[in-house]
Amino acid sequence: MKVLMTEYLRIDLDSEKWECRVCDHEIGSARGNYKEGLLVYNRDPADIHPSIIDPDKYRFTFCPDKEWVNIYEFYCPSCGTQMEVEYTFPGHEPLFDMQVDVDALKEQWSHREELTEPTTGPNVLVDRGHHHH
Amino acid sequence: MNKPIDLENVAKDQELIKKFLHETTLFLGPDPEIIRDHKIMPRTEYEEKCVNEYTDLNQIASIRDRLQAACEEGFEMVEQMGAAPGAKWGDIITGIYSASGDLTIGSAGGVLIFSVLVHHPIKFIIKNWIDEKTVGVKEGDGFIHNDSRYGNVHNTDQSMILPVFHEGKLVCWVASTVHEGENGAIEPGGMPSMAETPFDEGLKMSPFKVVENYEIKRDLLTFLQNSVREPKLQYEDMKVKLFACMRLEKRIKEVLEIEGPDALTACLRYTNDSVMDEVRRRISEWPDMTVRTHVIMDSTLRENALLKVNLAVTKKGDRLIFDFSGSSPEITNRAINTQLPGLKGMVAQSFMNHVWPDLPRGQAGFSPIEVITPNSSIVDCSYAAPNSQSLMSIFTGFTVAQHATAKFLYSIPEKYTRVLAPWYNMINTFIWGGVNQHGETLGNLCADLNGMGGGARMDRDGEHALAPIFATMADIGEQEMNEEEVPFLQLVSKKMTINTQAPGKFRGGMGYTMIVATKDSDQWGFMTSCVGSKAPPIQGLFGGYACGSFPLSKVTDVDVYDVLLNEPEKFKHSIPEIMNEQPFEGADYSTHHMGLGFDLSKRGELFMISRGSGGGYGDPLERDPHLVIQDIEESLITPDWAKKLYHVIFNEETLKIDKEATKAERDTMRTQRKAQGLPYDEFVKKYVKPHPPENIPFYGSWNGDNDVVYAGSLDDKRDAKNPGPIYMTHPKDVRISELEAELTAVRDEAGISPKDTRK
Repeated sequence: MKVLMTEYLRIDLDSEKWECRVCDHEIGSARGNYKEGLLVYNRDPADIHPSIIDPDKYRFTFCPDKEWVNIYEFYCPSCGTQMEVEYTFPGHEPLFDMQVDVDALKEQWSHREELTEPTTGPNVLVDRGHHHH
Repeated sequence: MNKPIDLENVAKDQELIKKFLHETTLFLGPDPEIIRDHKIMPRTEYEEKCVNEYTDLNQIASIRDRLQAACEEGFEMVEQMGAAPGAKWGDIITGIYSASGDLTIGSAGGVLIFSVLVHHPIKFIIKNWIDEKTVGVKEGDGFIHNDSRYGNVHNTDQSMILPVFHEGKLVCWVASTVHEGENGAIEPGGMPSMAETPFDEGLKMSPFKVVENYEIKRDLLTFLQNSVREPKLQYEDMKVKLFACMRLEKRIKEVLEIEGPDALTACLRYTNDSVMDEVRRRISEWPDMTVRTHVIMDSTLRENALLKVNLAVTKKGDRLIFDFSGSSPEITNRAINTQLPGLKGMVAQSFMNHVWPDLPRGQAGFSPIEVITPNSSIVDCSYAAPNSQSLMSIFTGFTVAQHATAKFLYSIPEKYTRVLAPWYNMINTFIWGGVNQHGETLGNLCADLNGMGGGARMDRDGEHALAPIFATMADIGEQEMNEEEVPFLQLVSKKMTINTQAPGKFRGGMGYTMIVATKDSDQWGFMTSCVGSKAPPIQGLFGGYACGSFPLSKVTDVDVYDVLLNEPEKFKHSIPEIMNEQPFEGADYSTHHMGLGFDLSKRGELFMISRGSGGGYGDPLERDPHLVIQDIEESLITPDWAKKLYHVIFNEETLKIDKEATKAERDTMRTQRKAQGLPYDEFVKKYVKPHPPENIPFYGSWNGDNDVVYAGSLDDKRDAKNPGPIYMTHPKDVRISELEAELTAVRDEAGISPKDTRK
């Protein structure tokens, strides 16, 4: 059985491995840090949040200051999907963000049906057709 | 052989000592026993009896529905009649509390953080005033409170609390809370960034009796009015809250008339117990794991600095533990610290807003959740530290809670909401004050603080400028109505700030631009109080990005009203146009971080900010190209930005998408990622440092070692359990020192001695 853990990650309870949900690549032990099986890139904030006012004229430009924040991008080494992004202090280690108790997960899912797509919860839609005054 | 201990006598002695200490306490200050405990009180014998007696769930539900309706009625009264801008857009709550002081039923709308805070002052009243012969608690009494150290967010929020009696016996409490704004602090508006001690923060009301026989005591009222800049507001809203509480009391008495006090008590207790049971059941459905995250606070509102808000959430069985260890130590002379209840309130609110909105609004929903905080930290500060801008640390506290929670929720089969990326978390708005066009002294804020961009959800984009993180169901109020009271105009408002989107498969909801200028007063000014001008204060989710940074822009030495009158074509309606084109000759254009201390403004000078964007969700290369084009059509992003961020190929004139070229472009980008990304170990070796940046003051733990925290420099490492006080130098003194050093260097170079060399 496989458990969908994030938009791009799942855990195979039988092999106890993290897997990529896009290309099925086996990333690493589900008891460990999945990030250790991914590629990491230190992204310049200006690539994602370009200045909207002139950086030659102004100190604050709507673009984060790369001396003050790093953006770590984590890619699947097989398909290149960006699985996670971390905004962090310059030079800080990446976080071990999901440390799973695999035995407990196995026990929990032994009472559940496997899901191939995540549930989304109740839907709330704006009724644009009627106005009640 | 030793004599056995006489336990009975020991207990008697302890009781005697307790009584002695209670009777001889010189100052009934904030009580840690009360304010550090967010749990529902244990069942009393009377509650036990009532719950056993009244087991008909239909009857309990019927009573609860009537109580809920009463809370909504009280809420409506405060929102409609309240004078504070906060009241107008729902920065309020009304609620019914058990006889022990626990909020059991709160109004559905409004600022839900209050629902886990106001029990603290009620428990203080129960503990200290009921048996106090000089105070006492009687029918018709009303108590007021605002001091965060007795359990509150900040002292701009004032509560009115009334006991409800039935045939001489206290059966429950009712309360109403409003973000009043003005409170007599050193800056107008109630949330001073300049406060360096709690004594700079204005009125500090421990819970005290201000109403007898349902009437406000005029002598005390006058004292309170005399202590704030808006005496009329103080009076009006005290009356509004009192009458809302009296309406709640009336509705409860109607229930008592029909059902009796035992049934009411059974309803309140059963509601709390059943919500706690349901919360434990829901937690059990989460995967057992630890999730870690942090966010950056880039400012103290006085100066830029890097402060960490750190969180590890552990779920095991039916326990859920939020551990904020590793967060920045408190800055003892800066206002951005929070008292513990404020932090807990925001974490609770993240659940009430975004995880379990279907549960009754009350204290029970958060009661089973555990919170660990380091003492004397920005998330749990000492009584000596100011906290009037606690929003900075509790909003970032909300974000880490929201970010971590999303990673638990994804796998759960039964969800109650969409999984979503962090909401934008700062109140990018203007706090204002001074003398208005009618000659009245005012101090408050623009209700636009409500327009925080929503986080992207697992199946759709975030909503633009939807609601603040502290109230999903708040109104924005009418700016035009507000302008009748204040001497400035919002010249640009509700216009989305282009190219400030948080990208993702689903993008975050965006924020709008606000450009204000004073018109009809020579004594008027603004302040802003947000972090996030250098580094975003949120995270994205599952491959989505956070937003960018949001600064303050100013144009001085201009009267834009003259420009509008004489050369209207020169006025532009966006920050980039005004700042990049500099259309007003002779004007001074500048940018600043969003911690603007109260700044007097001249007629026609522009203060310009943008509200922020919620976080993005998922890989931007997976974004539906049609959604990208729709964002261009709605002027949210420009074509070049769309191509750079989303790698969609389209005709810029017709906006027709080239699907094949887009797929090829995105495949190329994925290949490029694989080429540019480093294996984890190599990346760590290349980029991870054993200590924080050397040239920027950093506060908090580094690389997961939460036993030690940095306190502003690499040389200043402290025990995280007892970091001691940290005092920052006044930014002007820092600047003076820099200039003096420059002057000395220039003098030395020129061989000029100072005029006076005496020490």
